[in-house]
Amino acid sequence: MGFMNLFKHFLGDDWGVHPDDHKRPAADRPVRVMPVPAKLYLPLQQHLGGPARPVVLVGQKVKKGELIAEAQGAVSAPIHAPTSGTIAAVTEITAPHPSGLTLAAIILESDGLDEWIELSGCDDPFALDPAEIGKRVGAAGVVGLGGAAFPSAVKLTGASRSKVTTLIMNGGECEPYLSCDDRQMRDSAAGIVDGIRIMLHATGAKVALVGIEDNKPEAIAAMRAAAAGVANVEIRPVPARYPMGSEKQLIQVLTGKEVPADGRAFDIGVIVHNVGTALAVRAAIRDGKPLISRVVTVNGNCATDPGNIEVRVGTLAEEVIAFAGGLKGDGLGLARRVMGGPMMGMQIPHWRVPVVKGSSGILAFDAAEVAEQEPNPCIRCGSCVKACPMGLLPLEMSARIRNEAYDEAIGLGLKDCIACGCCAYVCPSKIPLVQFFVHAKGELATQDRAKLRNDATKKLALQRQDRLERENREKVEAAAKRKAEREAAAAAKAAAATAAATEKQGETA
Amino acid sequence: MSEILLLLLSTALVNNVVLIKFLGLCPVMGVSKSVDSALGMGLATTFVLMLASAASWMLDNWLLQPLGLGYLRILTFILVIASVVQFTEMFVKKTSPGLYQSLGIYLPLITTNCAVLGVALLNVQQQFSLFKSLLYGFGSALGFTLVLLIFAGLRERVALARVPAAFAGAPVAFITISLLALAFMGFSGLNV
Amino acid sequence: MIAAILSLTILGAVLGIALGIANRFLKVEGNPIVEELVDLMPGSNCGQCGFPGCIGAAEAIVAGTAAATCCPPGGKMLASAIAAKLGLSVDLSALGDDGPKIAIVAEELCIGCCRCSKVCPTDAIIGAAKQVHNVFREACTGCASCIDKCPTEAMVMRPVPVTLQHWVMPKPLTA
Repeated sequence: MGFMNLFKHFLGDDWGVHPDDHKRPAADRPVRVMPVPAKLYLPLQQHLGGPARPVVLVGQKVKKGELIAEAQGAVSAPIHAPTSGTIAAVTEITAPHPSGLTLAAIILESDGLDEWIELSGCDDPFALDPAEIGKRVGAAGVVGLGGAAFPSAVKLTGASRSKVTTLIMNGGECEPYLSCDDRQMRDSAAGIVDGIRIMLHATGAKVALVGIEDNKPEAIAAMRAAAAGVANVEIRPVPARYPMGSEKQLIQVLTGKEVPADGRAFDIGVIVHNVGTALAVRAAIRDGKPLISRVVTVNGNCATDPGNIEVRVGTLAEEVIAFAGGLKGDGLGLARRVMGGPMMGMQIPHWRVPVVKGSSGILAFDAAEVAEQEPNPCIRCGSCVKACPMGLLPLEMSARIRNEAYDEAIGLGLKDCIACGCCAYVCPSKIPLVQFFVHAKGELATQDRAKLRNDATKKLALQRQDRLERENREKVEAAAKRKAEREAAAAAKAAAATAAATEKQGETA
Repeated sequence: MSEILLLLLSTALVNNVVLIKFLGLCPVMGVSKSVDSALGMGLATTFVLMLASAASWMLDNWLLQPLGLGYLRILTFILVIASVVQFTEMFVKKTSPGLYQSLGIYLPLITTNCAVLGVALLNVQQQFSLFKSLLYGFGSALGFTLVLLIFAGLRERVALARVPAAFAGAPVAFITISLLALAFMGFSGLNV
Repeated sequence: MIAAILSLTILGAVLGIALGIANRFLKVEGNPIVEELVDLMPGSNCGQCGFPGCIGAAEAIVAGTAAATCCPPGGKMLASAIAAKLGLSVDLSALGDDGPKIAIVAEELCIGCCRCSKVCPTDAIIGAAKQVHNVFREACTGCASCIDKCPTEAMVMRPVPVTLQHWVMPKPLTA
């Protein structure tokens, strides 16, 4: 370790890892546009938050861009038909998720016409009210295209409400193998800059900082040229390092501000969007087009012809791979299928899984790339501690999670873990550290749900007790009332009888 | 003043009740799974030891020795210690039911903790004054609590480690405490 | 000899009286630890544990005659909370294999007799006389009290299906 490195180490500026990026040659090939497949599979939940609710019937004819499922709840996004055709079914399909579980989806059969619904764009977005832009972006179903798929409208309106000053555009694309953002920045820099300006208007932020990793010189040059005349859009190259594209890390590198552990980017006046999202926002505002397609990187040693492909949302990964030239040796050497990036993406059980709005890559790895290895005992080298971008102690946390001491793991900062996978990547013993953390987070969420459920049960049991008591009381009261009425009636009758008797007596007397 | 300090140091570290004299091993193995209950146990034992030291000194000097009943010493001391433990048990149950539950059987077992009886008997043997007896009791309790805390901390760490199946549980705990005893032997070089 | 007998007797009497007085001042009403456990429990008194209500189960757990894992609706979370409170170690694996269950009404068999809804401790079964009943999934604790009451065997216990929202990544086996 050289002197400067040592210095950096003590400054704590040594987080992250430097994997081989494997971005080329896929990044250098132009984007290919894939034709519309015969059938599209559109999961109702392609975003974070509540699932969308279908608003079409089976057999109904829809046009391209027509709303087929509406947003449900505060954090949600609608889904639009990616092409014209007939709704074939609303059913369960395999989700792009490592569990291999199913989720509800609309299946759309293409009629081959690809006919747009009537679109209403807007020529001067800057005349629009910021709230109106947020509304239109939400209606267009735009979500973050970086991977997490958080509904963009929620972020935009939230930002204008909480006085955000800086808009950060995430062009980091720090995940190895992926190059869809890189490609879009090279090809449509002007569109992205226009989208950024619309987002600046919508959020009320003063300045937009576009962070691009310095391993993408072409994208930096293209974006610089496009942003040359725009005063409040700055292109800022950042050092290539994983996870530079993580929100908290990018904010810190670009602004020097740190997002508090229990806070959000809003709290320090910053909002982060992906560069791809800027294009989707632009299309939604200028042309009124909903988000129905995206650029996906097909890569990995098993892919015959790696590259970026523009596909309709809902296309099966199988068909995308076939269009991209198929797999080497018909997938003989295939060791792992991944959707998204290799570090944080989802391992999927088979290729019959649709591309959703948040899918950035389809990766086919061979055994050499996966490099699966039996884990060995921890040698306490501290590599994971050095690599952790959040400054946590992965080895200590995983030891506690292994013994199910979740509370202690939380005490060590489990909730700050961003599951980037740096720790597992650098571990010389190949301990699946990040899997421990993801497991623990799921387990804690289950516990929280169980606790809520327990409280609700208690409340219900108490309410039932109250109800039974009340019913009993009412029964007793009603019986008492009836008894009183009966007695009163009897008394009245007796009184009447005596009265009648006396009258009779009077009469006879 | 220096005598007080020396007495404390020598009882707590150099002649540690647990690791040098091997007294009171039962709670050290039994209540050392978590630092919290170890601290509770240490405090309870400290309380009992102090009270027992004082009471046994008084009994010995004012009752047993004047009447020449030295042969009843163990009997009376056990009686006093048992009462003090009973009182402590009531007190803990009242003030901290959680601690009471987690100490479990080890709380009444302080009665038969040989550290307590041992300290009381050693006090008599060494002909200490009341103040020195108290100090001796306090020093011993300090040493006991110290070892209990260190050992509980170690066991908490050992619980996280991957121990070979044959050594899991009590065996590795015995190995750990033997190493700790070796470390405490180093204090004998203090020459106090 | 007499001095020895006398001194020991007096000593015993004095200490006994002192303890008796102390007991008067330090007496604990009820068992606070039982109350703490009852607070943790679901409180639906469903009886699945085999004890009369949650208080009975809490007493049995404190007394050591029941395992901390005896409450099925409370599940793993409750078992570990109880174990932490009492300083016990429990084997949670016994709870893991089965997973939570809830009651389901087979609509074609239900005759609308209302017997099930009367025993449900959380009022999770809705339905009027001669109407097909149904179970609120959110309110059902899986206590199975209704199963035996059904004259047509229309009530069945089904495991709660694992959904994407509830899926938890399995714990890595090694390391």
